[in-house]
Amino acid sequence: MTQIKVTSAEYIGETLPQPIGSGSAYMNVGTSERIISAIAGLALMNYGLRKFSIPRLLIAAAGAALVERGASGYCPVNNMIKRNTSQAAKPESTEITKSLTINRPKAEVYAFWRNFENLPKFMQHLSEVKQIDSGRSHWVAPIPGGIGKIEWDAEIIEEVENEKIVWRSVSNASVDNSGEILFKDAPAGQGTEIYVIIKYLPPAGAIGGTIAKVFNPAFKQMVKEDLRRFKRLIETGEIPVSESRPSGKTSATEDTSIDKIENKYESPLL
Amino acid sequence: MKALCYNNVKDLRVENIPDPAIISPKDMIVRVTLSSVCGSDLHIINGFIPTVKSGDVLGHEFMGEVVETGSEVRKFVKGDRVVVSSVIACGECHYCQQDSFSLCDNTNPNAFIPEKMYGDTMAGIYGYTHAFGGYSGSHAQYIRIPFADIGAFKVPEGLQDDSVIFCSDAFPTGYMAADMAEIKPGSVVAVWGCGGVGQMAMQSAWLMGAERVIAIDKEPYRLRIAREKSKAETINFEEADVLEALRDMTGGRGPDCCIDAVGMEASGSGFGYAYDKMKQWARLENDRPLVLRDAIMACRKGGNVSVVGVYSGFVDKIPMGAAMNKGLTFKMGQMHGQKYIPKLLEYVESGQVDPSFLVTHKMGLEQGQEGYDMFTQKTDNCMRVVFAP
Repeated sequence: MTQIKVTSAEYIGETLPQPIGSGSAYMNVGTSERIISAIAGLALMNYGLRKFSIPRLLIAAAGAALVERGASGYCPVNNMIKRNTSQAAKPESTEITKSLTINRPKAEVYAFWRNFENLPKFMQHLSEVKQIDSGRSHWVAPIPGGIGKIEWDAEIIEEVENEKIVWRSVSNASVDNSGEILFKDAPAGQGTEIYVIIKYLPPAGAIGGTIAKVFNPAFKQMVKEDLRRFKRLIETGEIPVSESRPSGKTSATEDTSIDKIENKYESPLL
Repeated sequence: MKALCYNNVKDLRVENIPDPAIISPKDMIVRVTLSSVCGSDLHIINGFIPTVKSGDVLGHEFMGEVVETGSEVRKFVKGDRVVVSSVIACGECHYCQQDSFSLCDNTNPNAFIPEKMYGDTMAGIYGYTHAFGGYSGSHAQYIRIPFADIGAFKVPEGLQDDSVIFCSDAFPTGYMAADMAEIKPGSVVAVWGCGGVGQMAMQSAWLMGAERVIAIDKEPYRLRIAREKSKAETINFEEADVLEALRDMTGGRGPDCCIDAVGMEASGSGFGYAYDKMKQWARLENDRPLVLRDAIMACRKGGNVSVVGVYSGFVDKIPMGAAMNKGLTFKMGQMHGQKYIPKLLEYVESGQVDPSFLVTHKMGLEQGQEGYDMFTQKTDNCMRVVFAP
């Protein structure tokens, strides 16, 4: 578990629980069983699709289900009968941490964040957060590329006014996640230090994990940029922008591809 | 509108681009009346700063007339004549509130680039690459001014444009150089570089009570202007050994305050210059720190070295032993225009300083490439080319 040292004796992240592993992020089939599933599934599909008939098609469909079971490592039947042959008992969560200083009093920074409906104003990966009641909220995030959206409910599991908020998605979220934010007075009247840790479980077991790894650096950077936007919004009342392509020669999106720029300027000057 | 855009290394073109529009209620739009070339543009045009893109509008030192204000702009109305700090600052973050405007946390939308290059982000600067925010520059007919109430300043009535434009950048940079060098009555000041910033540093040194001001350059006409306009004694580094000359001129002590108004593309002579030029050409070193080395070696024990010449990356062979054992103090940075401009406008208004002698050539944007070539090659006794778009 990642911990950020906040003071000599205090850490953030200590009390933050793992996100609840719901179906989509959960493996319950062991490795050898997955291989057998996949091979058997392919054989059935091969047989099922050689000629067209309804029974053969059903066999092919069963084969496809087995292939899916082998590939994802998740078996709904296993889940139903509480059978788990997987060695990877708990799915591994990905963590994003960031701390920054905001030149505003702690109570103001806390209040702005605590009103979760404010979050989409600076979190580019969220389209909407709705407060259901004082502890629960409903979150909506578009999937990059405009192919749909994911939604989940979150609940506050710990809260100390002006100090700390800990939240977690409730089960069956499409991306299980949890997070903690800590607010501290910065030294010498420099405002408020915030410490943030966000954990999430990549969807769909091992394959999902691979996908998540591919997208992870960009996603992590996006969340970190979101926190910078939070600072800018609360300090200046706006998120400053520059004209991205004054001459319109190339598309505006070129500039904002952080990953590309990061790689390009990894060793920026030499 | 017309704008002078970067097209490729050493290749500028005038293009027709859309007029700027107000994006935030704190923005205003200024019709540019004068926009100056600056030595720091050359680092961009010569390809030493990597985050410039074809089509980017250059220019960051300018003045003009307000044509449109956002709903939250309080200080200005349409028709006001303004001079604008080349550094964009929010006025709200910790750094701005300490008057360190060029360290602003919030005005660089591409903060992640300098964060990677330099470990943190600094203020955005007009027309100064995407690493510094990707803001559209002032070599254009119109420009958008973010955080207008913080960055723009009304020009006192009766002042000529030529006397005011350098309050945007060259004068505050030179003044800050003198300020950081902690010039006091009795100080002996050496200034490397007799361009616009160097001349302003020399004149600022006098304002702060300097005893003597010594200017170092190789261009005879710039040394002559330093003598005539900035009342400096001069050393031509192509004719004299600078370190020896400075020691001989100062009773063997060396100058109390050394100002580097040159930066990363210094000229020089001898082995050191050839070494740096080769390394820079091969992109093994970004910056040629010849002036910085000289300043450290020349500076009096316990003296101050103030750096306003721009450096972008890594330098080699800095005499750190000399700096440490001589107990030198270093101060440096991009200028905090918003802190200095009101005071500098008073100096101009009272006639104590008139920077208009820096305007040696006035051109239209169409002559942009020609203007920069002239400025680079220092032909026709060029100090500054100023565009009137």
